[in-house]
Amino acid sequence: MNYYGIRAIYRFEMARMGRTLMQSVASPVISTCLYFVVFGSAIGSRMGDIDNISYGAYIIPGLVMLSLLMQSISNASFGIYMPKFSGTIYEVLSAPVSYVEVVIGYVGAAATKSVILGLIILATARLFVDYDVLHPFWMFSFLVLTSVTFSLFGFIIGIWADGFEKLQIVPMMIVTPLVFLGGTFYSIDMLPEVWQTISLFNPVVYLISGFRWAFYGVADVHVGISAGMTLMFLTACMVTIWWIFRTGYRLRS
Amino acid sequence: MQPDISVKHLNKVYADGFQALKDINLDITRGEIFALLGPNGAGKTTLISIICGIVNKSSGEVKAAGHDIVKEYRKARETIGLVPQELNTDSFETVWNAVSFSRGLFGKPANPAHIEKVLKDLSLWDKRNNRIMALSGGMKRRVMIAKALSHEPRILFLDEPTAGVDVELRRDMWEMVRKLREDGVTIILTTHYIEEAEEMADRIGVIRQGEIILVEDKDRLMSKLGKKELRLQLQQPLSKVPGELVLEPVELSDDGYELIYTFDSQQEQAGVARLLRTLGDIGIEYRDLRTRESSLEEIFVGLVHE
Repeated sequence: MNYYGIRAIYRFEMARMGRTLMQSVASPVISTCLYFVVFGSAIGSRMGDIDNISYGAYIIPGLVMLSLLMQSISNASFGIYMPKFSGTIYEVLSAPVSYVEVVIGYVGAAATKSVILGLIILATARLFVDYDVLHPFWMFSFLVLTSVTFSLFGFIIGIWADGFEKLQIVPMMIVTPLVFLGGTFYSIDMLPEVWQTISLFNPVVYLISGFRWAFYGVADVHVGISAGMTLMFLTACMVTIWWIFRTGYRLRS
Repeated sequence: MQPDISVKHLNKVYADGFQALKDINLDITRGEIFALLGPNGAGKTTLISIICGIVNKSSGEVKAAGHDIVKEYRKARETIGLVPQELNTDSFETVWNAVSFSRGLFGKPANPAHIEKVLKDLSLWDKRNNRIMALSGGMKRRVMIAKALSHEPRILFLDEPTAGVDVELRRDMWEMVRKLREDGVTIILTTHYIEEAEEMADRIGVIRQGEIILVEDKDRLMSKLGKKELRLQLQQPLSKVPGELVLEPVELSDDGYELIYTFDSQQEQAGVARLLRTLGDIGIEYRDLRTRESSLEEIFVGLVHE
């Protein structure tokens, strides 16, 4: 195992976060604060409780998940896309590092940034809304698992993308709608039956539901199913990355 | 002695069907400077990229420092440093961080003393805290070399290292390459500047359309394939080559004031004596004469256009 290689990639990526604090941390925190102000405090104060949880508190897990997903994808995809774009990828490809080590370095750094961001958002939410965390261990586990899974997904996007537009398409056109329709602002029980069924095909429903369960002990779907679906997606991402490195797809000709 | 680079029956066919390399066989020995010459698109960069692990081979076997580049890729790659053709740098990083990153990536623990030595050798020490984006093209090229040397490789690939750099920097780099060779580093160089190969290389390989058409010791190559010229400055101009010399390889230039006699550099110089005797016999006087050997560039052009 090339530990120095992993550490070099990891530290390099974390240093990039340090250089882009406004974009990496401040921007998503401010966006999420605006959601708390508008939906939590302003509109939320006029809405009834859901599952005996105040609306402001109810949307916290979903909003954290929104930032977590977007930032995990963005960090990891940008992390591997930039060396491809600038041509410095030659160094990683010619170094004595295995693809597992490359993935640990890039995805590990992206996931770390996301976890830090998630925790900052949770701390910031305290300024606007009172909330409890019923199962802190599971809350943190979901936070880490989701960050890792979607950082892997972002890594795949970064390798697939051959332009900055493609880098943005998946997060903006697919992930954002899935998060908004995945129960961030409502319980899927509140939807008509047919939409409840359709919602179950949205993988983000399981993430938000499991995460919300860790906070309040209430969920749209059983927490075991949530964890299972997340692990399934994690496995799918890992298999895709294995295939990418085996074939050299968009990395080695 | 085991070669530092061993390439056997190497082929590369790209996905679009283009065959970039055709049955390449090449051994490069420890501590030599090997110059790989060839026109654009001949396959130089593809060959280097395969050895360094950037491009997959289609078939054949490649070993670096005795290690198979696929089965023992870690051991093989640890020994290699690469300076690519393009100036691909992490623009936002400082010189120090970028070079330290390369060392870590290649599996070596931090060694600030070594990084300091490399930066000083390359006149980059004063720029160590500068962002790479703020450096000139020549300085960026030095950073690329520093990155390649950061993990103390025993084999160094320089793919067009002096492309677009000024004469002074080019001379500095030649000096650096010589020092590295003295330290036992094997250097494989591709270049468009034949003068560079002529100046530095121990051996020359010529690649054309994906095939190695020649590998030869530089001095032997120049004496084997080189031509010599005898140029005579005449007292009186000639309108045509005299009949007594039509069977000799002579031609006129400079409005008939110069007579050029071309001969193989390995050939005995009896032809020169015969020519001078004949000129005396027919009363052609000359005021000066000089000889010159053909350059590697002329040999190279002759080879790739055969």
